[in-house]
Amino acid sequence: MGRRNFAIAEFAALIVAIQLGTSLTGTGYYLTQLTMTAYYSLVIVGLCMLIGYAGQISLGHAGFFAIGGYMTAFLTTCDLKSDHGAFVSLLERSGALVSRHDVYGGSLLTVHPWLACAAAILLTVVVAYLVGGPILKLKGHYLAMATLGIGIIVYRIVLGTEFLGAADGISEVPGFPLPGGLVITGDASSRISNYYLAWGLLILGMVLLLNLIRSRVGRALVAVHGAEDAAEAMGIPTARYKLHTFALSAVFAALAGVLLTHYNGGIGPSEAGVMKSVRYVAIVAIGGMANLWGALAMSLVLNFLSLRGYFGTYDDAVFGVILILIMLFAPDGLLRRHLLADLKRIVSRNPDGEEAP
Amino acid sequence: MTYGTIYAIVAIGFNIIYNATGIINFAQGEFVMLGGMTAVTLNQFVPMPLAILLAVVLTMIVGAVIEIVFIRWLYKPSVLRMVIITIGISILIREIALHIWGESVRALPYFTGSSVSSINLGGVFISSQVLWVVGIGGLAVAALTAFFSLTMLGRQMRACAANRDAARLCGIDAKNMVTLSFVLSAAIGAIGGAVVCPITYVQYDSGTPLAIKGFTVAILGGLGNSTAAVGAGMILGILESFSIWVLPTAYKEAISIAILLAILFVRPSGIFGSAEAARLKEF
Repeated sequence: MGRRNFAIAEFAALIVAIQLGTSLTGTGYYLTQLTMTAYYSLVIVGLCMLIGYAGQISLGHAGFFAIGGYMTAFLTTCDLKSDHGAFVSLLERSGALVSRHDVYGGSLLTVHPWLACAAAILLTVVVAYLVGGPILKLKGHYLAMATLGIGIIVYRIVLGTEFLGAADGISEVPGFPLPGGLVITGDASSRISNYYLAWGLLILGMVLLLNLIRSRVGRALVAVHGAEDAAEAMGIPTARYKLHTFALSAVFAALAGVLLTHYNGGIGPSEAGVMKSVRYVAIVAIGGMANLWGALAMSLVLNFLSLRGYFGTYDDAVFGVILILIMLFAPDGLLRRHLLADLKRIVSRNPDGEEAP
Repeated sequence: MTYGTIYAIVAIGFNIIYNATGIINFAQGEFVMLGGMTAVTLNQFVPMPLAILLAVVLTMIVGAVIEIVFIRWLYKPSVLRMVIITIGISILIREIALHIWGESVRALPYFTGSSVSSINLGGVFISSQVLWVVGIGGLAVAALTAFFSLTMLGRQMRACAANRDAARLCGIDAKNMVTLSFVLSAAIGAIGGAVVCPITYVQYDSGTPLAIKGFTVAILGGLGNSTAAVGAGMILGILESFSIWVLPTAYKEAISIAILLAILFVRPSGIFGSAEAARLKEF
């Protein structure tokens, strides 16, 4: 068992311990926020892959989150009952539609969540590749501004479109059925199973990304980050790698959007807001740009505190301050492998750290 | 025209700092918001011209503080780091404004006349405030141009922008020039904010959309080129008003961003800028 697997196992054990702890102390309500934290962390680790390993900033990831969330919300709440076109009946016969009852007891005919999820991911991939192609040719300020622009366009579209609920968003999104009778829903009775579902998915995502980083692709990405021209000269197709990573991180964000929408039973335009994107970048930055575990750890702490409302009305301000402080004093992030060495250096007042006693 | 002028003013603010430091200050829109907000608040106690003057001075102080506290002591920061710091600053200013002024929308009274009165200009009726915006905006741009080309201080700033090391060798204090560039761009932003707020109103979060449009205009005109920014501002203002005929108003903001993206993809050096010069700049 390698070190990597050991870390994953430790992490899994921690998750189980937290669940048992909350159950024993009767604080099970924490699990709701913890579950949401896990889904938000899915965005974070995906973004960490893009920023830290491919070296490309994205200030528009809330946009991808919203694309996923809104697509699934729209498809699973849009009633197709009155529409008897050939396509709808074909879908119905193939079992892609489900009929269910809304809260008032009226019957609804909607797209199956699995199909909605697939459509959401597909849409995200298409959008990511379409905008990623030209965007990733840009650098620095231009890249930051362009990704911010993409995020704002998505925000404006969901805010201004009637059938996406405009400022109210979409509510009454049904749960997401999984094999074995499990369902992703915010129902208090299935709190524990949902907690494990979310964290299980997050671990799966981490394993995938950690393996990717150790692979040939990961090493190529590190080369791209370090010296793009040199990497290109070595025969690494830098543009393609950057684009694939962009799409991958977008899918992570969209998947989080889909699952969180089903978990919360709805989505609103604030999820697509610029502040959300900035927050994701802030968390990746504080965790250490190229440090999946660091980003994950920071995401858990900050998202949980934010969801529990510890920051009150200063929520956005807290993330702004975090961004500034981190970028001013520790641009490589707070959680680094050399953190201890750094501390020692600061204590011994030897800023070069070369001949630390 | 009105919107075009304010976009151009924000874009010039971007350019001043970009020229002096190579930084894009994402908090530029917040200067405009601060100018408008403080002018409205001060107008309750003092006459309007004095209120606007004080608002501009206050915003200049904020600009100087930002530079001294956050920017000055950074040694060769990376672009990504600067982007994130200025975004952080813009969030901070916005949140502070939210806690000072709340979410309410404010406006100054019209400088002359009222919101319904208009002036007949050869058959075209326009609001007097539009003339104020265009007039004061034009004056500010002219004053800046004169400052950069005629005064010693302006020339020193341009020297720093062209080659900081060489400027330092000539005995120019480059660090103070950077501070000055923040002060100047804060001033022009605040003037714009105060002049335009009778028409557009001002709210704690009205800075970010302005910053994005100002950036669009700055890119459209070619980063660093303030004369071109004025032309580009007008173009964007007119394009935006036309877009309302074709698309719902809710998408208005998306239009300018789509334009921005299209320009970034096709011609990052801007319409009026030369591709040759753009290649030499650092992004």
